[in-house]
Amino acid sequence: MPVKYTDNQPIWMQRTPRQQYAIWLGWFLGVMLFLLCFKVISDNTIWEFLTDAHVQAASLIGRMVPPDWSITGSLMLPLWDTINIATVGTILGTIIAFPLAFLAARNTTPHPALRAFALGVIVSSRSINALIWAILLVTMIGPGLLAGMIAIALRSIGFVGKLLYEAIEEIQPTPVEAITSTGAGNMQVLAWSVLPQIMPAFAGITVYRWDINIRESTTLGLVGAGGIGLQMNAAINNLAWGQVATVFVLIFSTVIVSEWVSAKVRHAVI
Amino acid sequence: MSSSLDTSASASAAQLDPARIAAAKKGSWRPLPLISSRKLRWGLNLAALTYIVLVYYSVDINWARVAQGFDRGLNFVGSFFTPDFVTRGGEIAVGLRESLTMTFVATVIGIALAIPVGLGAARNIAPRPVYFFCRTLIALSRTFQEIIIAILFVAMFGFGPLAGVFTLAFATIGFMAKLLAEDIEDAQNEPMEAIRATGASWLQWINYAVQPQVMPRLIGLSLYRLDINFRESAVIGIVGAGGIGATLNTSINRYDYDTSAAVLLIIIAIVLMSEYLSGYVRKWTA
Repeated sequence: MPVKYTDNQPIWMQRTPRQQYAIWLGWFLGVMLFLLCFKVISDNTIWEFLTDAHVQAASLIGRMVPPDWSITGSLMLPLWDTINIATVGTILGTIIAFPLAFLAARNTTPHPALRAFALGVIVSSRSINALIWAILLVTMIGPGLLAGMIAIALRSIGFVGKLLYEAIEEIQPTPVEAITSTGAGNMQVLAWSVLPQIMPAFAGITVYRWDINIRESTTLGLVGAGGIGLQMNAAINNLAWGQVATVFVLIFSTVIVSEWVSAKVRHAVI
Repeated sequence: MSSSLDTSASASAAQLDPARIAAAKKGSWRPLPLISSRKLRWGLNLAALTYIVLVYYSVDINWARVAQGFDRGLNFVGSFFTPDFVTRGGEIAVGLRESLTMTFVATVIGIALAIPVGLGAARNIAPRPVYFFCRTLIALSRTFQEIIIAILFVAMFGFGPLAGVFTLAFATIGFMAKLLAEDIEDAQNEPMEAIRATGASWLQWINYAVQPQVMPRLIGLSLYRLDINFRESAVIGIVGAGGIGATLNTSINRYDYDTSAAVLLIIIAIVLMSEYLSGYVRKWTA
């Protein structure tokens, strides 16, 4: 440990001067970068809008309270659609992600080239938000629930695929060896030694993604992909903030319920 | 042989029920099912089947329109092989610069605000009223998608990247504070008691007992959130909160798929790069 002498008194220091300066320099560069980035944003901002932001916020909240409960009944069908988008999307995504995860896991992949391909698909799917997939799909196959479902599915592939292939790579090798030593074929080894080990993780991951998908599917309607977001978009465009507040309350309660379900299931399987 | 099996079966009757052993002797052994209760298993299967039938009849899909869109879909996939970075190069560069700066500023501000909220949301160090207040804030921030928050903030602060910064920072608070609070709740109690026994002040206590225990995870999560914020910054531009999302949205609406493909490829490349980088930093700090 470095020691500093002040008036011949040894003082123990946590770091050497060189480390101290390196850390100081790191912070300095970080702060400079932050200020530089902030300058770019500040240049592109009309600061005059900010002077009356509190007035805007107050009037926005004033118009949202109390929520307009009269539309609650007409929101039930869109809410059901939203849940369907999330659920069917999760199922579709999982069906594609499941084999992909086996291709992407280092210990089960049949060929390194296939592994690279599977990893590429997983990263692409993960990088792009469901909302962007939805915009693309709405321009392609038209507005509606199907576009939402496929968008959710495309986004889920990467998430489920990544977590599942990490789970496959972390399995214990002994059962695999045991099944292999009985003379089982490749598929039999997968079915009897790998699959039982990853099933709990798989169930947990799927339910976790379903929970996230419920949140994401509430906004897909903003770009025309069905669900409660359509009603939200219409209300926002009409500046009917009371109705928007009702939609928010419904979304909030749906998300709370789905989170509770997901937590229960994950607790049960893991 | 069979008698020895039977005596051991009595020891762990739960795992070795006689019907399974009899089946195993006939050579038709099956692994234990994932859900052990038979009623629950079949109940879940039935519920799933009912749900699928219900969805099939409640969702109506215009298949003719879908078939029409198939060509466009192929066009789009094809444009990934001929991405056009040049024609709208200026717009892409401006959007990208805005997205990157927004991401960085918002992540820094978000984490700076998430640390006090996270401390307040940890049950073992925060008083009850503070705990409930912070947990409510976290729940609000986590429930609403970034895009909804962005709509509200654009209405308040006007169009432009500042609304985007506030949106991403707000979303970062919920994410980071929740995980930080869970980490603090899982932290070891002995160092905290030891530091407190020296007569340290509250700040010293946090700095010397709590902070070292959660720091590696906090750094890892910050990098992860930086990555998420960049991805989200590509979305909130759609509602006018700045960033590359606006460029992307415009190009898609113009059916200019070559430019959209270029933007998407850039996003994918940056996410990939940040993933590699965060892997290094995590190894380096852990």
